[in-house]
Parts: sequence; structure tokens; C-alpha cells
Amino acid sequence: MSAEQSLFEQLRDAIRAEVPVALATVVEGSFTGAKLIVGRDAESEGTLGNPDLDRVVTRDARGELAAGRTGMRHYGLHGEAREEAVSVFIESFAPPPAMLIFGAVDFTAALARVAKVLGYRVTVCDARAVFATKSRFPMADEVVVDWPDRLLAAVGGELGERDVVCILTHDAKFDVPAVVASLATDVGYIGIMGSRRTHDDRTKRLVEAGVDEAGLARLRSPIGLDIGARTPEETAVSITAEIIARRTGRDARSLTVTEGPIHP
Amino acid sequence: MKELLDDLDRWRSAGMAVAVARVVDLEGSAPRAAGAAMAVSEHGEVSGSVSGGCVEGAVVVEALDVLAKGERRLVTFGYSDDEAFEVGLTCGGTIHLFIEPLDW
Repeated sequence: MSAEQSLFEQLRDAIRAEVPVALATVVEGSFTGAKLIVGRDAESEGTLGNPDLDRVVTRDARGELAAGRTGMRHYGLHGEAREEAVSVFIESFAPPPAMLIFGAVDFTAALARVAKVLGYRVTVCDARAVFATKSRFPMADEVVVDWPDRLLAAVGGELGERDVVCILTHDAKFDVPAVVASLATDVGYIGIMGSRRTHDDRTKRLVEAGVDEAGLARLRSPIGLDIGARTPEETAVSITAEIIARRTGRDARSLTVTEGPIHP
Repeated sequence: MKELLDDLDRWRSAGMAVAVARVVDLEGSAPRAAGAAMAVSEHGEVSGSVSGGCVEGAVVVEALDVLAKGERRLVTFGYSDDEAFEVGLTCGGTIHLFIEPLDW
């Protein structure tokens, strides 16, 4: 961050560079509008008008940023907890969540397109160099020629609750190691494509590979919601709708037959 | 905020004053989460949104007033009955917006 830049310019550049950053703004209390920009490790920039308040909010903003949360917090004038003199809005700008798609098949391009609309950073991975090409998947942020378990061994540690894995290979020799490696990560969603027969066969092989009940329960297989999807595009909607429903904890029935607030 | 950056750059480099409204808090069922943002240029051009289209018109008026007076403010929009033609959210929730000039 450059000292000659305004706080807005520093924030803007961090967001564009996909560097995790939080913006804290006093919205009520003295110094309304005062701001602090907080990175994951670097010194914070700006001030909320009091050094003690800055220190407490920097600490809290780092926590919010790590969790990808955005919301209001209240403090005393010097950052005291359980006081309400100052209201601070802490906004996290986390990098986009990742979708890893294993298998460079027809369904992959449609899923990658829909995932881009939803704001995912999309990686397509397949060990077959002839299929995993940037020209077949121009919408993907990254096309990797490698075995899924090797890619996951390299990047799996960075994946979290917001990230998803979709395994579209429906070939047991790719699927089983990919599932096992995905289960070793903290991703919030693991979906695996295949017919019910493929699913049964794969489940057997997964158990043989040492996947336990808890592991099997984390898997969405066959992948997607039961909306009668046929085309790759419809299937992509079925998969992404399931990803949203898993995140929000909804059972994904039609709003027509449910009650209560529409927005979570 | 991210989706506003291109418009904000364009307006700033044209020397225009800009106000940014952000959803900072909400109660009940609200269409957009905290952090949803909308920018209004001094000429009344709009980028982004803070609800499902329910209150954006009123936010433009507030934002232009913020630019005219140069003061930041919290504005609350709550439930409104559709037939009353008043500004508010039809989904039953309440949103609190912080509106301020982009002078930082």
C-alpha cells in the first residue's frame, strides 16, 4: 500500500488484486465516517479517531476477514467491549470462493460458465492433456493438466468452507482418489457426478479406500438437485442450486410450498 | 463495492462528486446482505443496488442531499404496505444504510 494513495484507492487496488482486506467505518458516534483498512497481516491504514479503538477494531476486523463476515460492531470510545458509544461497520472483501471441477467433459464448460456468473474462481483439472485445454474452457480462470489428488495435495490447504469441489469424471480410477483427497480439505461442498449405479459402485470403492460414514455423509452423490435436468446447462443449474442450498441450509423445495422469509 | 469500482473510477476521473450508500445492518428478511452498495454521481447516475429495487429511488434523493450538504448519515428503510406508495421494503425487513461522500 502506498502512502500517497487515498484510503479508497488502497482499498480499490486490494479488491482488484484479490488481496483479502477489511474496511472498518465509524457509522455512529464521534468521528463518523472515519476509516481503517485492515489486511491479513500488514499494518492497518487510517484511524477511527482513537489508538485504542484502532487496535481493538484491527484485531476484530482480522477475525471477520478470516471468516469472510461483514457486519456491525459496537464499542466504547476506547474500544471497550459491551459499550455502544461507537458503531463500526466492518466489511470483509474476501477473494472469490474457488470451484474446482475435476473432469474436462461436456458438462464442465456449462458448469464453469454458471459458476463464473455466481462469482467463483473456476479451476478445471483433468489428467488428459488433450481434453484439459484453455481453448475448450476459455471461461475457466485456470485449466490444469494433472491428477486431481495431486492438485489437491498442492492447493487443498488453502481451501475452506466457501470453496467447492465438483467431480464430473465419472470414472472410478479418477473419482476415488479425487474424493479421498477432497475429503482431506475443508471445502463446504463435494459433489460427484454419475448414475445411481455408478454411485453405488463408487461408494463401495470409497469404503474399500477407507472412507468412513462421516466422509460419505459429506458427499453429494449423485450430484445436484432433483429438477429433471437433461442438458449440460440445466445440469449446471441443478449443481449450483444444490451448492447454494447446502450453504444456506435449505432443503430446496419450491417457495410455492414453503412458508417464512424468502431471504436467509 | 467491487462491482462499483469501474463506475467509481470513471466518475472520479471525470471530476464528479460521488456518494456511496452501503447496507450496514438489517433486521428480518431483507433482499441484500450487509455490504451491498450503491453509488450515485452528482448528476444522479446510479451504479449497484441496496435492495431488490424497493428503495433505490429514495436512496438517490438521500445521496444527492448528502453530496449537497457534505454530511454523512445513517438512513433506515423499513416495511411498507405496497398500497400506501410509501418508500420501504415490501418483504417485511428493515435495512440501515450508511450514505457518505466518496471523499476518503
